[in-house]
Amino acid sequence: MWQFLHKLASPRYFYDISGKWIPWLSGLTVITLLVGLYYGLVKAPPDYQQGESYRIMFIHVPAAWMSMFIYMLMALWSGINLIWNIKLADVMTVSSATLGASFTFLALMTGSLWGKPMWGAWWVWDARLTSELILLFLYLGYIALVAAIEDRRTAARAGGVLILVGVVNIPIIHYSVEWWNTLHQGPTVTKLDKPSIHLSMLIPLLIMAVSFKLYYLTVVLMRARAEVLDRERRSAWVRELFGANPR
Amino acid sequence: MLQAFNALIKRDLLLAFRHRGELANPLLFFFMIVTLFPLGVSPEVTLLRKIAPGVIWIAALLAALFSLENLFRSDFEDGALEQMLLSPQPLSLLVLAKVLAHWLVSGLPMLLLAPLLGLLLAMPEPAIAALELTLAIGTPLLSLIGAIGVALTVGLRRGGVLLTLLIMPLYIPVLIFATNAVTAAAAGMPIAGQIYFLASLLVLALTLAPLAIAAALRISVS
Repeated sequence: MWQFLHKLASPRYFYDISGKWIPWLSGLTVITLLVGLYYGLVKAPPDYQQGESYRIMFIHVPAAWMSMFIYMLMALWSGINLIWNIKLADVMTVSSATLGASFTFLALMTGSLWGKPMWGAWWVWDARLTSELILLFLYLGYIALVAAIEDRRTAARAGGVLILVGVVNIPIIHYSVEWWNTLHQGPTVTKLDKPSIHLSMLIPLLIMAVSFKLYYLTVVLMRARAEVLDRERRSAWVRELFGANPR
Repeated sequence: MLQAFNALIKRDLLLAFRHRGELANPLLFFFMIVTLFPLGVSPEVTLLRKIAPGVIWIAALLAALFSLENLFRSDFEDGALEQMLLSPQPLSLLVLAKVLAHWLVSGLPMLLLAPLLGLLLAMPEPAIAALELTLAIGTPLLSLIGAIGVALTVGLRRGGVLLTLLIMPLYIPVLIFATNAVTAAAAGMPIAGQIYFLASLLVLALTLAPLAIAAALRISVS
């Protein structure tokens, strides 16, 4: 296991093996996405209270999960990079940021589309909406910082510190905002043994969540491969790979 | 270790008093932002009283950010910062001294100016007392959190706006608890809960922020 991880941390090996994984991952993404959407949009029964408009949940909830999941992953990688100085970890962090911001934006947008018929307003200053918006700010701050520093290694390390500071702050921000105001409906899925959501809705939701994770994996690997190539463009193996035109 | 700490505080205070003119700028800024609100919103006393805690705290937040911007700048430009990085003293302690000195010349005067602003916005007396208390706990907190962002952007030429983007989201809990305490005090309610929360945030920042500032400085100076 350790040996494999060590090997994976070398840019060249990562480039090779991720190239083999991507077709499989993208295939699985498409399949789970189609199945999840079919069951969610066609098969699942309409909600007794919210009618058909609850179906936006099948996009909204997995996107919101992803927005937090990616931030946690970025924190993990930043920690790995700062402690063990593994280059690949910071490649993954930098490649994840835009995806995380996009998922956060998607969650906010779908939430607002759902809020209009349900609450009668595009936006309300509710605790969870506000903390999601702040999460978007944290992502954008990270992206802005990384873009502003010229040297890529320095940028990634500085971004790592920011992400770790953010991760300490996220629970504080979340609970202070929660304490400040609350209107959003409580979580309905977290108790897996007895969720207050019917199985016919839960299963498509979970399939969609898996699909979003696979999508993230596929795209982050693509972006990381591009980033690796760009960083290693002067190394021998990259030149060899692209027919070695010496410049 | 303590000697180095004291020496650095003394040096920074001395430097600050040699540039007395610059000391007044954040205060003036603080004052002006608060003045804009009655002009822009309405001079009606009941409304002003209602928005006063938020207005004063947001002004304090912005003033703290702008004054922080130059926390490490001159040291970075003349090389003193590199000497600090190279010195055998623990860097986190040295940056704590710098932040403390900075708070003494920028945060403390804000504390003295705030009651006046409270009167301008027609705040009742208990609310002004609560405002002082929250500012006393809150402004060091703003300095400590802000210094992390300053350390990350110190090597950049146009770090100002970027600093605001990085730090503003992290200031939100302070803003929420402080303004809530002041509003509660104005309504005659107990504010111990909010004050305890702010104090615990300050303790957390005092222990963790110097480490983060030191790590950030090492990255952006190297």
